[in-house]
Amino acid sequence: MKARIFVTLKGGVLDPQGRAIQHALGGLGFDGVNDVRAGKLIELDLADGTSDEDIDAMCRKLLANTVIENYRIEKVA
Amino acid sequence: MKSAVIVFPGSNCDRDLAVAFEAATGAKPAMIWHRDTELPDDIDLIGVPGGFSYGDYLRSGAMAARSPVMQAVARAADRGAYVLGICNGFQVLTESGLLPGALLRNAGGHFVCRDVALTVENAQSAFTSRYEAGEAIRYPVAHHDGNYFADDTTLDRLEGEGRVALRYAENVNGSARNIAGILNEAGNVLGMMPHPERVIEAAHGATDGKRLFEGLVEGLLARA
Repeated sequence: MKARIFVTLKGGVLDPQGRAIQHALGGLGFDGVNDVRAGKLIELDLADGTSDEDIDAMCRKLLANTVIENYRIEKVA
Repeated sequence: MKSAVIVFPGSNCDRDLAVAFEAATGAKPAMIWHRDTELPDDIDLIGVPGGFSYGDYLRSGAMAARSPVMQAVARAADRGAYVLGICNGFQVLTESGLLPGALLRNAGGHFVCRDVALTVENAQSAFTSRYEAGEAIRYPVAHHDGNYFADDTTLDRLEGEGRVALRYAENVNGSARNIAGILNEAGNVLGMMPHPERVIEAAHGATDGKRLFEGLVEGLLARA
C-alpha cells in the first residue's frame, strides 16, 4: 500500500521559494503567473493494513509542522 | 556545575559552544551524541548548538528534534536545567515543542551571514541578567531559516509575558516583530538565532556574547 502526503505552507505563511520561482518564470517570459507556492510530496510505501490513524499520526508527529504547514493524505492502491 | 553540549550529525558550532561553556564554568562540558538517551541527572546547563543537523532534511531541526537525546533534554528542561539553543539549536527547540512558533526561510530568500544589531528586551532572565534592559548589542548571525513565525495570539503572549529576550534592531530575515530570541514559560529555555558564542574573547573582535554565559553561570551558582 502506498500513500502520498502533500505538505503545503499555510495561507498566511510567506513562501520566499515560491516567490523566487515566480520571478524565474517571469524571467523566462511567462507572464501572468500571479503567485507560486512550493510544497512537498512525500511518498510512503506502507505495510498493508496500516491504519489511517497511524498515517495521520506520522503527518502530525514528523512529516508536517502544523504550526506552519497543512497536509493532505492520498492513499494509492 | 555540570554542562553538556548536544552533538548531531551536521552540527558545526558544537565546539565553539563547548569553548564558551568551559570559559564560563571552568569545566569542560560533556559532549552528548544524538543517539544517547540519558543525560547526567544533575545536569545544570545544556547547549543545543548551531549547524545543519541531518542536513536540514525535511525542515531545519525536524529530524534532530525527534532524535533520542532530545527527549532527555526535554526531561532535563522540565526539571529546571537551563537549555540554550543557538541557530539550528533554536530550530530544534521549536520543532521539538520546547519553544513555540517556527523558523521559516529568510524573507529575502538569502542566507544572511554578518553581525547584526540587537536589543536586549528582557534583562531579567537567567540568560540576560548581565545585560541592561534596552541595551544595544551586536552578535553575528549565519542562517537561511531564521524568519521567526508564530500566530498573533502566541506573539502577543510572548510579548506580554516578557518572553521576547532579544529583538533585532534592524530587519534581518523578516522575523515576526523582529524577534531574535525567545524564552519558554518557565524562563529556563532560550532559543535564539544569533551566535553569542562567536563573540566571547578579544580575538573574536568583540565580546558582547561573553556576559550571556557569565550571567548563566552566576545564576546557576546563586541557585545551588
